[in-house]
Amino acid sequence: METAEKEVRQLSDIKQQLKKEQRQLFIKRFFSNKLMVTGSVTMLFLLLVTLFGPFLVSQDPYEMVVQDRLLNPSSEHLLGTDEFGRDLLSRIVHGSKVTMGVGLLVAAIASFSGMVIGLYASYYRILDHILMRICDGLMSIPAILLAIALMAALGPNTRNVIIALSIVFTPHIARVIRSAALVVREQTYIEAMEAQGASATRIIWLHIMPNTVSPLVVQATFIFAEAIIVEAALSFLGAGVPAPDPSWGNILYDGKLVIFNAWWMTVFPGIMIVLSVLGLNLLGDGLRDLIDPHTNHGKK
Amino acid sequence: MINYIVKRVFSLIPVLFVVSIAIFLLVHLTPGDPASVMLGVEATEEQLKELRKEMGLDLPIYQQYLNWIGGVLQGDFGTSYFMKEPVTHSIAEHVKPTLSLAIIAQIITILIAVPLGIAAANRRGTIADQSIMGVSLLGMSIPSFLLGLFLILLIGVKLGWLPVAGYQPLSNGLWNHIKYLIMPAISLGAIQAALVARMTRTSMLEVLNTNFIKTAQAKGVKKRAIIYKHALRNAFLPILTVIGQTFGVLVAGAVVTETIFNIPGIGQLIINSVERRDYAVIQGVVLFVTLSYVFINLVIDLLYGFVDPRVRLDRD
Repeated sequence: METAEKEVRQLSDIKQQLKKEQRQLFIKRFFSNKLMVTGSVTMLFLLLVTLFGPFLVSQDPYEMVVQDRLLNPSSEHLLGTDEFGRDLLSRIVHGSKVTMGVGLLVAAIASFSGMVIGLYASYYRILDHILMRICDGLMSIPAILLAIALMAALGPNTRNVIIALSIVFTPHIARVIRSAALVVREQTYIEAMEAQGASATRIIWLHIMPNTVSPLVVQATFIFAEAIIVEAALSFLGAGVPAPDPSWGNILYDGKLVIFNAWWMTVFPGIMIVLSVLGLNLLGDGLRDLIDPHTNHGKK
Repeated sequence: MINYIVKRVFSLIPVLFVVSIAIFLLVHLTPGDPASVMLGVEATEEQLKELRKEMGLDLPIYQQYLNWIGGVLQGDFGTSYFMKEPVTHSIAEHVKPTLSLAIIAQIITILIAVPLGIAAANRRGTIADQSIMGVSLLGMSIPSFLLGLFLILLIGVKLGWLPVAGYQPLSNGLWNHIKYLIMPAISLGAIQAALVARMTRTSMLEVLNTNFIKTAQAKGVKKRAIIYKHALRNAFLPILTVIGQTFGVLVAGAVVTETIFNIPGIGQLIINSVERRDYAVIQGVVLFVTLSYVFINLVIDLLYGFVDPRVRLDRD
């Protein structure tokens, strides 16, 4: 009896040791991937700016001071002012709340709805045919055009930007989830569960879904980046976040009107967009390598 | 081959059906109804009724769809409410600058990307390779409209080398025509160039690792000949696909770029129509661009199947 107990204890010790080593390996892999660390640091910085920035900047992003129109960057206005005399730093920081918020929400909503669609499509043949044809159809309309058309129909406001972009990106997630889920669905253990009489809901959510999380996270990161780009483009075209609310896109729109006089209104919000998109792309590439070391994407 | 073509063409039917329904329903997403949005708050009940009738909004929805799709199949995309002309007419008027822009962007893309991709593959792992890949990563992270703005600022405003905005038709001279399109074409093509460069590099590396290249090396064939004669030829198919696919993306991407550079193309047409809520034009343009996008991809796929028999055998 005692020896059996001892063996069990030893086994669990070994298991723990293995887990610990796995974790260490994971951490090591994370830090050995320079691009990924760069991406994470960039995103952490932007996250901090978004969360705490609004409390740190003293100027009101909406306050117009007519005599301070289009001031150069100086110690008083670090990034200068816009054509209404509003402080640009403050507008960019408050704008990051809007832009990053839209991006994050779109990634979250598209992930969830894409996951539901992808999972059920992978499980039911008939549903698969219908849902995937709809996804194919929506994906063959160029993203920016679909977004513009949706905004034209819904009317320009921030909530509608989120709705429109979620519609645009859901099929992309659904496709990824479906292909990951199809692989799992063919496994013997799923067949065994079915034979035991487990309900479809149970199999889908408890046994298939957990296996699709890794590709989902990678894809969601790219969708986050894509959503930031399209939101900025929409707002830049005047079909996104309406004035006077600041978003990086509509600051650029204001900047375009005074591009001959005020370079800072184009350069600074532009840098923010590039930074966030670059950070998310690096993060996504890195996550992909981390999860699946076989695909040597982005590696030399 | 004929089997393959028929299959590929028929597989498009459900996709196009979904596309047509999605685009048709867009208008009906409008809170309230399109007629009241178009006429504004001051419209009388009479006017609303008349416009609804004119737009066919008083019919049952399936009837509206059938009327619309029936027209589309006969090449009638509806009539613009504001311009009082057929939508196809407006599209035809605006398509030339867009096409011109996309073609020049495509040429610039290929000229930059393919040589860089080959160079990176040749010098795999060196600083040259890493910096080319680094720049391409940066290129993929700059949205084209942003790159456009930066170019305007640097080349147009600061250096004054090229006009910042505007358009000259080809009839005003080739250089005049191109001069206005260089900056937009670069900003539009940069992301695609980054993609094509990466694809070229990957594809070249794959071929360079195969046995027949090693045999050639062992035989003592010159490096130059190996790369350009043996490797590039075999690496070219995937590159061609990416280039083909990017052409569709270029046409769609031109929408935003045109607005920045004030080019009177399809993009400007749709943006102006969004402001005017001219739904027939919005539907028409989205449908037109999507159709061209799908069609270009079809042609590329067929070409691919034609050039490389493995493709069509795989899918049969």
